[in-house]
Amino acid sequence: MAEFWTNYGIPFAIILGESLALLVALLIVTAYVLLADRKVWAAVQLRRGPNVVGAFGLLQSFADLLKFIFKEVIVPASSNKGVFLLAPLVTVTLALSAWAVVPLADGLVVSNINVGVLYILAISSLGVYGIIMGGWASNSKYPFLSALRSAAQMVSYEVSIGFVLVTILMTAGSLNLTDIVNAQHTVWFFIPHFPMFIIFFISALAETNRPPFDLVEAESELVAGFMVEYSSSPYMMFMLGEYVSILLMCAMTTILFLGGWLPPFNFVPFTWVPGLVWFLIKLLAVFFMFAMVKAMVPRYRYDQLMRLGWKVFLPFSLFWVVLTAGVLTFFDIAPK
Amino acid sequence: MEYKLATLPALGPAFPEIILAVGSLALLMYGAFNKSNTARQVSIGAVILQMIALVVVAVQPLGRMETFGGMFVSDDFSRLIKILILLGSSTAIIMSIGYIRHEKMERFEFPVLITLATLGMLMMVSANGLISLYMGLELQSLALYVIAAFNRDNVRSSEAGLKYFVLGALSSGMLLYGMSMVYGFTGSTEFDAIAHVLGQGRPSLGVIFGLVFIMAGLAFKVSAVPFHMWTPDVYEGSPTPVTALFAGAPKVAAMALILRVLFGAFPAIEPEWQQIVVFISIASMVLGAFAAIGQTNIKRLMAYSSIGHMGFALVGLAAGSADGIKGVIIYMTIYLVTNVGVFCCILSMRRNDRSVESISDLAGLSRSQPVTAFLFAMIMFSLAGVPPLAGFFGKLYVFLAAIHSGLYTLAVIGVVSSVVGAFYYLRVVKVMYFDEPAEPFDQPMRTELGILLGISGLFTIFFFAWPGPVVRAAELAAAALLH
Amino acid sequence: MIVTTVAFYLFAAITVASGFMVISAKNPVHSVLFLILAFFNAAALFLLLGAEFVALILVIVYVGAVAVLFLFVVMMLDIDFSELREGFLQYLPVGALVGLILLVELALVFGGWVIAPGAAHAGAEPVAAFGALSNTRMIGFVLYTKYVYLFQAAGMILLVAMIGAIVLTLRHRQDIKRQVIANQVGRRREDAVEMKNVEPGQGI
Repeated sequence: MAEFWTNYGIPFAIILGESLALLVALLIVTAYVLLADRKVWAAVQLRRGPNVVGAFGLLQSFADLLKFIFKEVIVPASSNKGVFLLAPLVTVTLALSAWAVVPLADGLVVSNINVGVLYILAISSLGVYGIIMGGWASNSKYPFLSALRSAAQMVSYEVSIGFVLVTILMTAGSLNLTDIVNAQHTVWFFIPHFPMFIIFFISALAETNRPPFDLVEAESELVAGFMVEYSSSPYMMFMLGEYVSILLMCAMTTILFLGGWLPPFNFVPFTWVPGLVWFLIKLLAVFFMFAMVKAMVPRYRYDQLMRLGWKVFLPFSLFWVVLTAGVLTFFDIAPK
Repeated sequence: MEYKLATLPALGPAFPEIILAVGSLALLMYGAFNKSNTARQVSIGAVILQMIALVVVAVQPLGRMETFGGMFVSDDFSRLIKILILLGSSTAIIMSIGYIRHEKMERFEFPVLITLATLGMLMMVSANGLISLYMGLELQSLALYVIAAFNRDNVRSSEAGLKYFVLGALSSGMLLYGMSMVYGFTGSTEFDAIAHVLGQGRPSLGVIFGLVFIMAGLAFKVSAVPFHMWTPDVYEGSPTPVTALFAGAPKVAAMALILRVLFGAFPAIEPEWQQIVVFISIASMVLGAFAAIGQTNIKRLMAYSSIGHMGFALVGLAAGSADGIKGVIIYMTIYLVTNVGVFCCILSMRRNDRSVESISDLAGLSRSQPVTAFLFAMIMFSLAGVPPLAGFFGKLYVFLAAIHSGLYTLAVIGVVSSVVGAFYYLRVVKVMYFDEPAEPFDQPMRTELGILLGISGLFTIFFFAWPGPVVRAAELAAAALLH
Repeated sequence: MIVTTVAFYLFAAITVASGFMVISAKNPVHSVLFLILAFFNAAALFLLLGAEFVALILVIVYVGAVAVLFLFVVMMLDIDFSELREGFLQYLPVGALVGLILLVELALVFGGWVIAPGAAHAGAEPVAAFGALSNTRMIGFVLYTKYVYLFQAAGMILLVAMIGAIVLTLRHRQDIKRQVIANQVGRRREDAVEMKNVEPGQGI
């Protein structure tokens, strides 16, 4: 029994503790990122944004949280109740569980698995289920259309995300996220792979249904997309899941292209700053780009979206994969 | 890194396949990036490509070569069969050039798909392991499913494609199941290794189970009874040049595959598989002979005819000897050439610019097109096995092999069903020569069809005068298979 | 290793149960969702075997792409599956009987399982010892070298599938407006805008 405890019990307790800490941190960051998103958006439009609850509106997200929780959960009579309530849970669970493998700093990761990149890809490819299930279970026209759109959209952009990941892992020689960051000591990958950086960033926008690819919830066409019938806490879970996956995509951009927790210059004033801080700074910088894109770029039409994914990104990223492989082999600089 | 990276495998033995693969990709690109309709050019390109592959096959050195870690083998047997396959499928493309224009399905993918199917067939013939076998088979089948349904606005063509697909997928499933059992019980997917393991002791029941499933899957591909159900409908519904292809090259390839599997991997348990082959053979011959009698559609008739012929070819396989293999190869060669002639005739059955397929439409052909009628009649006699035409020799070789191996019952049943089968072939001849003439067909016959029919007819008639090359090549191939 | 065993039986049981639900669920969408559950548990079984690469590829390819398209199609179909399935329970006993007979036969086969002397040897490891390498790396080593022929052949098969899907369904419609990005981008100001000096009260 003692052996069982040391082999399984204590590690389990440690992982549980780590996960809880990560969860709490993530939720707080999400709350402020949401506020930041609204503030940036407002600033671009010369508005003030949320500024009533707390100083500068700092408590706005928490007020929203309370509001959502205390409202009544409305389940449409003709919906498929089980799936209807399962959908937001799936969304939020998947979004949070992807963070298990994300290294916030050297060694600061819940689960340092060998195939971290694949794990992230797998989880993010599952994100579509929350949307499809929600859209279908609502038993209503707009959500359903939105679900169909999102299914096609997310599957399409995953393909080019996959190829981007392939180039990165060829250059880094590992599927482990920590190894990928460590492989960027000499140069951050966004320099040699700049086109891939752009493609990844845009695909990440599409994958998380952010503007300008928010056709899933294009309010002029589909009211509020797959969330039309949702209210109260299920709605909040969708929102939460969405922002957590946006943060995940920012973190992935940081890890894959911007050197994760590595300082920009490897000498004194920069190396004094802890890795976690660098990581957060980079993550927030990427998020700022997300927010600015939302504020500035008009929405794509659906056929344009599909064209971009299949006819531009896919061939180009495929070409880049071949090019990278060729260069790595030709100059014999492929990581062993 | 301790693990040594393998060097590039020898590509020489697989050169014909590589030519076909790369060439079909090039043709595909040419067709896809050309705004105008390029079906004709791509068809001609595909034929040229197959001819190049054929020349490459022909000039490959004699003897056995293995490559890709022993998964791919090229020997005298595979080379002969590959030549037959390339001839069969390139003639099918030639036949299709006019047809697809008339039927408004002129799209460049058609010859490309046939070329890819041909590639699959070549890979099947060269397979030296269960996985490479399956890969070749699926490549061929998948391409054939699509071209069966190629006339997508035609209900019957779509039905043919769908039926072929569903049943084909089922048979692939059986094949895979059998293969997994064989793998499980012998520990290898390579033919040589399987033969080695089986040669060492009493075969376990599992291997025999696996073999039965593999045979079921392969029998489907040669449309042998009891896995023939798809044949009549698919033959009837598919566009006619596609039917011509189905009746020719894939049958040769699948038959060669059966030979390769049975003699390459399972020679040690010959008594076990001989029973299966004898049963399939008898059932196919008998069903082919009797079920064809009532047919009025010539394509359906040819479907039953091909079922019967597969039965006859399997007689040679049942013999299990070098003579038997030689018989099968000669039989398949003659069958392939004869089929080309038959389908040239069927393709030229056009009246008022529309295809007709009924046997009664042939009435009076002897008066309107005497040469065509004569050649067609000769081909029909050959299919029936009337001496001294080519078909007779094919049957002669397989029956002799069966008798040498002591399979008297099989030989007798074969002869009897051959006599029964002669009835419906002769009926076609009777309709052409003695029935009240129907309205004549559109004249003239397309040049390429005429040439192919001429070649096929002359081969059929004069085979007896000069059988040497075919027989010798078959002997060589049989020896290579038994190495 | 009791935890592993428990985990195995848990995943295996859920796989089988959700497999059963796939064929017995009334609603086809629920069937697909159960199928996804089955995929997940199969992936978990791979994980237990230490084949993490295969496990995650299973999730990415089957759950993330194939099943999504499956769901996509099933949701769009307007078929009353419950009607189609009415005879299901009726056929269940017969089906169960066939399954049972197959099971008995398989049991007989396995009962008589005589491993040929060379089998164990011939079936040895398909690749050299793993050593400390991760299995992703190991697959990479053999996939493009030892099995390059099969890899390329699989590629050709997929190409045929793609050509087939396009050739059987694509119809080039002539009567619709198409966006040509190159033309849009290549448009110059002079072609599009013309300055007119309009006199007051004259009009153009």
